[in-house]
Amino acid sequence: MSRVHVTCTINGDPAEFLCDGGQTLLDALRDEVGLTGAKEGCGTGDCGACSIVMDGRLLCSCLVLAPEADGRNISTVEGMATGDDLHPLQQCFLEGAALQCGVCTPGFLVAAKALLDRNPDPDETEIRYGLAGNLCRCTGYDKIVRAVQAAAQTMNES
Amino acid sequence: MLSAMKYASPTTVAEAVDLLGSEPDARVYAGATDLIPQIRAGRPEPTVMVDLKRIARLCAISSNGSTHTVGAATPTADICAHDGLAAAFPGLVEASGLIGSDQIQSRSSWGGNLANASPAADTPPSLIVNDARAVIAGPGGERTVAAADVATGPGTTSLGPGEIIVEFELDEPPARTADAYLRLIPRTEMDIAVVGAAARVTLDGDGRVAAAAIALGAVAPTVVRVPDAEAALIGNEPAGDALAAVEAAAAAATNPIDDKRGTVAYRRQVAGVLARRAVSIAAERAARQGGQS
Ligand SMILES: Cc1cc2nc3c(=O)[nH]c(=O)nc-3n(C[C@H](O)[C@H](O)[C@H](O)COP(=O)(O)OP(=O)(O)OC[C@H]3O[C@@H](n4cnc5c(N)ncnc54)[C@H](O)[C@@H]3O)c2cc1C
Ligand code: FES
Ligand code: FES
Repeated sequence: MSRVHVTCTINGDPAEFLCDGGQTLLDALRDEVGLTGAKEGCGTGDCGACSIVMDGRLLCSCLVLAPEADGRNISTVEGMATGDDLHPLQQCFLEGAALQCGVCTPGFLVAAKALLDRNPDPDETEIRYGLAGNLCRCTGYDKIVRAVQAAAQTMNES
Repeated sequence: MLSAMKYASPTTVAEAVDLLGSEPDARVYAGATDLIPQIRAGRPEPTVMVDLKRIARLCAISSNGSTHTVGAATPTADICAHDGLAAAFPGLVEASGLIGSDQIQSRSSWGGNLANASPAADTPPSLIVNDARAVIAGPGGERTVAAADVATGPGTTSLGPGEIIVEFELDEPPARTADAYLRLIPRTEMDIAVVGAAARVTLDGDGRVAAAAIALGAVAPTVVRVPDAEAALIGNEPAGDALAAVEAAAAAATNPIDDKRGTVAYRRQVAGVLARRAVSIAAERAARQGGQS
């Protein structure tokens, strides 16, 4: 079966990959591009572990077909740090122990960044609603919310 | 998984309709937020996944002053961010914003919500109380039907082979008219409606109800209109006995199922309460608009 050639931008760099027509973008990012940050938790849009941003929209890459990415601009968790400098969200997740097993973390980071890009100073309720599409079975969420609040503060001060 | 399928992204409605004609097992999609989970759960794989989002008309929101037109594949996030729609149809926009998480909002569409024909879908009751029309394209050209006539039962629609919903049309509401939508779910976010209730109310200059529409979701195989509740409101202030009659008529109009989200008796009672509250909210909004009709 002939594969589909996709040309897009990933984390600011031009990228190309071959995929199957029915392959999800999550699988293509992991298996064809080698970016394994986005995780498959459920494959049905419920857990958010596969969260990425495509053309400015936060979405579940498990519900996107890979050929849809053609011509699009994609951001994944791999694009958050600048070299060795972690993004404030990553730093605050680490310092605040906002992760245990870490499977949900890339999705939370991408979703939290999308939230702060849109609303730089969210209150707790806004954070909880903004991250309602991300599930964590380890932390109990509280430390995640605190980490996002701390990151927002750091980013607003700098 | 999902790998035997082909992908197509037509850029015109005609191209999409031709494709469906030549590939009987092709399937259109917008956000795929219903379709991909269903395929993963074992529904037959289409031969071709036809992505509707590269057709400009299917993702456009416009208004000519008297009619609002919303592309059937427009993400609900765009609908919720649209000031003109929020002003004219606050309840329909609320219903749209209730679908899933921010991630789902980036993809979920009215066309998918309606064509998927889940009895618990959030936007159909609100589309129906606002008399939305669906413009449908197919091998025989285009036709326009009431949104109320699209879903015919759980998972079934009146769409013929090769037909797609192109866009929705909504007339600008008359003066002193507003809608509201309420749903009950077991959690605060990310769950399926136990009951959904949409209401639209038009008030006359004296604050009495001149026109009303009430529709319930998740309490029957398809959305239920409640003509008895609508009739009880006409000519009365939206208060007291009239609201009590709305509650009783809405509960009586339901034909719900028992499942883990609620029993028949619970769904009936909640349907009455939500219908009453949705009418009150719609009436308050309509009153706030003031002005003469
Ligand atoms: C985590 C999660 C949470 C959800 N929460 C809610 C919720 O709270 N409330 C709710 O109502 N729904 C919810 N849903 C279901 C779903 O997101 C909605 O029904 C959504 O509106 C579907 O839109 P879509 O564009 O993604 O549909 P798709 O999956 O693209 O399509 C659904 C069906 O409609 C058909 N179709 C799509 N577009 C057209 C068209 N233009 N013409 C003809 N047929 C068409 C497809 O062939 C398919 O059969 C949720 C889903 C997920 C995964
Ligand atoms: S893997 Fe995509 S939402 Fe769970
Ligand atoms: S840290 Fe384990 S799922 Fe969140």
